[in-house]
This record gives sequence, structure tokens and C-alpha cells, in this order.
Amino acid sequence: MKKSEVPQDKSNFKDLYYAVDDEGNYVTATSSGWDPKKIALDNAMRDIGERTEKARIRVVEGKTSPIEYFMEMHKMDPNILSSYVGIWKWRVKRHFKPSIFRKLSLITLKKYADVFDVSIDQLKSITK
Amino acid sequence: MELSFTHHQAAHCENGVVSNLMKHNGFEVSEPMVFGIGGGLIFLYIPFLMVNHAPSFTYRIMPGHIFKNFAKRVGIKIKREKFKNPKQAQVRLDENLQNNNPVGLQVGVFNLIYFPDEFRFHFNAHNLVVYGKEGGNYLISDPVMESVTSLTEKELEKVRFAKGVFAPKGHIYYPTGFPEELKLETAIVKGIKQVCNQMLGVLPVLGVRGIRYTANLIRKWPEKKGIKKANHYLGQIVRMQEEIGTGGGGFRYIYAAFLQESSKVLNNEKLAELSKEMTVIGDMWRDFALDASRIYKNRSSKDDVYNDVADQLLIIADKEEKIFKKLKKAIA
Repeated sequence: MKKSEVPQDKSNFKDLYYAVDDEGNYVTATSSGWDPKKIALDNAMRDIGERTEKARIRVVEGKTSPIEYFMEMHKMDPNILSSYVGIWKWRVKRHFKPSIFRKLSLITLKKYADVFDVSIDQLKSITK
Repeated sequence: MELSFTHHQAAHCENGVVSNLMKHNGFEVSEPMVFGIGGGLIFLYIPFLMVNHAPSFTYRIMPGHIFKNFAKRVGIKIKREKFKNPKQAQVRLDENLQNNNPVGLQVGVFNLIYFPDEFRFHFNAHNLVVYGKEGGNYLISDPVMESVTSLTEKELEKVRFAKGVFAPKGHIYYPTGFPEELKLETAIVKGIKQVCNQMLGVLPVLGVRGIRYTANLIRKWPEKKGIKKANHYLGQIVRMQEEIGTGGGGFRYIYAAFLQESSKVLNNEKLAELSKEMTVIGDMWRDFALDASRIYKNRSSKDDVYNDVADQLLIIADKEEKIFKKLKKAIA
């Protein structure tokens, strides 16, 4: 890529490229963004938005617990959530069941609430 | 207290940290040089490592290994430590700052508040330098940022103890001893050999074979996974290739810059020629990303568009096979 071809599309981040100047020497150049990359990032974000919204609807319908909703919102999957709360994955998945979620102890709820940075009330209130 | 540390923006975090720490200690080593000597370039498909609900494709070796290889090859001594206890990790960091020693840290990106939201995934192999502490805030030189920034004690602890794959566990590292003069020549040759072996390796998911394997996957995705997932996976390839820190074209441009610099150090004209070829390959990766982005932008459902980008990857694989064979000969 020539230095003059370093893309200057719009994005939220300026990053550094290595490109060739007129004499053929490698130099660095700042790029304000590149559309193909931005589209890929936007798609990924929209995908997370869709997953979160689907989880929210499932919570309202009583098909899953708020834990799954907050997990999607924080871009996590059961593996990552499990390592953050320090609870085995099969137990985390079990906590997705509304009937199990209702019976969770305050200590366990606190663990989830801390990871999601919300209060225990907020963790529960999405069902209302 | 603030240590005298000069921030230079880099394309890639790990190279940038190493290059900046070397410069701080009086050795002018460029970012491409660190990347090349560290043997950073690779292509690897990791089906079982799901990142953001899609398999991973990486264009660089395992986090931390660029620094490790670089240090070993140029003969600097490094100290690296991980911690179970966050408090202890902070004590060790503060000790180093007291001793006037800026250090490198491995951190998770998800809670790194100065990044825009769309970059904040659960990716734990980011690197930055801490070069001081002022009023309870740590002074941060993040190589991919244009300028320096700062984080509170709590914010820094959160990113140092991010969880999940490659959990940093407070990982702290810094050089402790230097040779009188860096012997770049032998180090460069070793670094190039490693990359040639990686790219021409026998594993089906590694190097040029890995690129061909990926091309075949792309052909099958629309039918096997459905259009939505196929596009999501294709987006994953592009994101990992053009992520902040790659310098564009899946590190191919940084590598070309390394070959150009090395041709002068080794007085080897062939490397300068191969640098030009590598630039062309970088351009081809960019074209691939551009065409792939058209697919997931338009959500086109025709099968042949997937075949088109797959064909592009096959051509890239052939070109890379040739160039790394030539590179192997050029330094033999």
C-alpha cells in the first residue's frame, strides 16, 4: 500500500499503518478509519444488540433468567461468565433456568451482580 | 511520580511495548524489527477458540511470544511475573515505578475504558506500559493510542485481572539486563527462519495450508451454517485481519517493513525485493477484506460470491508459499 492510499474513512479510532512512500521506503501513516473494517465492527456490534434483545424477550416470556440477558449485554458467553463469577459453567447454565434462578442464594446473586456491575435488585428487576 | 518515558504510537501493542521499552533503555529498535525478530507472522485457524460466537483466525503468534523470542535472540534478559493476588500485583508494580522502571503489562481489553465500545471485546492479550503514578492514578502509555492516558487503581486492577482465555493474571514484564551491543544479524536470520517454518508448516490449519483450509471453509459456510452465520464468520476473518494493531493487511505490511530494514542490516538485496513482493501480498489481503465486506454489507445470498473470495484466498496462499520458499533460500 502506498502512503497516499492509506484510507481516511470515518471511524472512532485512529490507527497506525505501515505504507510505502514515493521512494519505496516503508514509513508509518495514521488512518482515520477504513469502511470495510468499520462495517465488520458495526455488524459485530449489531449482532450483540440482537442477541441481547432476544435474551430480554426470553426473560419476559419466562424462558430464561436475567443472567443470560446480562451475559449477552456484556458480550460474554457461558465460558467467560463462568470464569468471571468463579462458578462452573454447567452451574452457570443451570442458573439460566427461571425456576433455579428464583431459588439462588443472596451470595450467588451478589457474585453475578458484582460482575455485571449492577445491584441485586437490578439483576432481578428485569423480569418485572 | 512520573518517569521520563517517551510515548511512540505503534501499529501493534506487543511490538510497540517492546520497542518503546527498548528505546527507553537507549536502544533504537523499530517496531517491525521487534515483530520480525520475534517471528510474529503466522496464519492459524483455531476452530475451538470461539471469540464473540465465531471461530478464531489469527495472523500473529501467541501473545507474549514475540517479546520472549525477541529477548532470547538479541540477548536481553527479561523478568516476567504473574500473580494470584491483585494486591500483590499492585505492590510489585508500585515497587518498579519507585525504582524508576517503566514496565509492560498484559491486560484485557473489555474494561479498558479509553477504547471505543466496538473494540472492547473479551480479548485478553493487549499490552501497555505503565510509566508513573500521580495522585493515585497510573500513567499509561498504550502503544496503539496516539497519546498517553491514565487509569485509576481500580480500573487498572480490573484489566490486569480480566478473566477468560489468556487471562493476564496481573502479568508484568520488563527487561533487566542488556548486552553491550545488540547482535541484530543472527537474530534476524533466526526470526525469518521461524516465520518460514510457521508459514510452510505441515499442520492443515497452519500457514499457507491454513489459508487454503479457510478458503474451503468459506465455500461451505453458506450451505452448512446459513447466510447469517457465514457472514458473521467472514466478518470475523476481516476483523482479526484488520484489527487495531495489525498495521493493515494482517501484519503483512509490518513484515514487509521488517524485510526492507533487514536488507540494509544484512546487506542482502534479495530481502529488499521480497519486501516489495510482501507489500503486494498485503494489498491482496486488503482486496480480500474489501470484497468480503461487500458480501456482508449487501447480505448477498448467491453462492458464487463466497467462492469468489475463497478463490482470492487460494491465490494469496500460492503467492505466500512462493515468497516464504524464496525467503528461506535468501537467508540460507
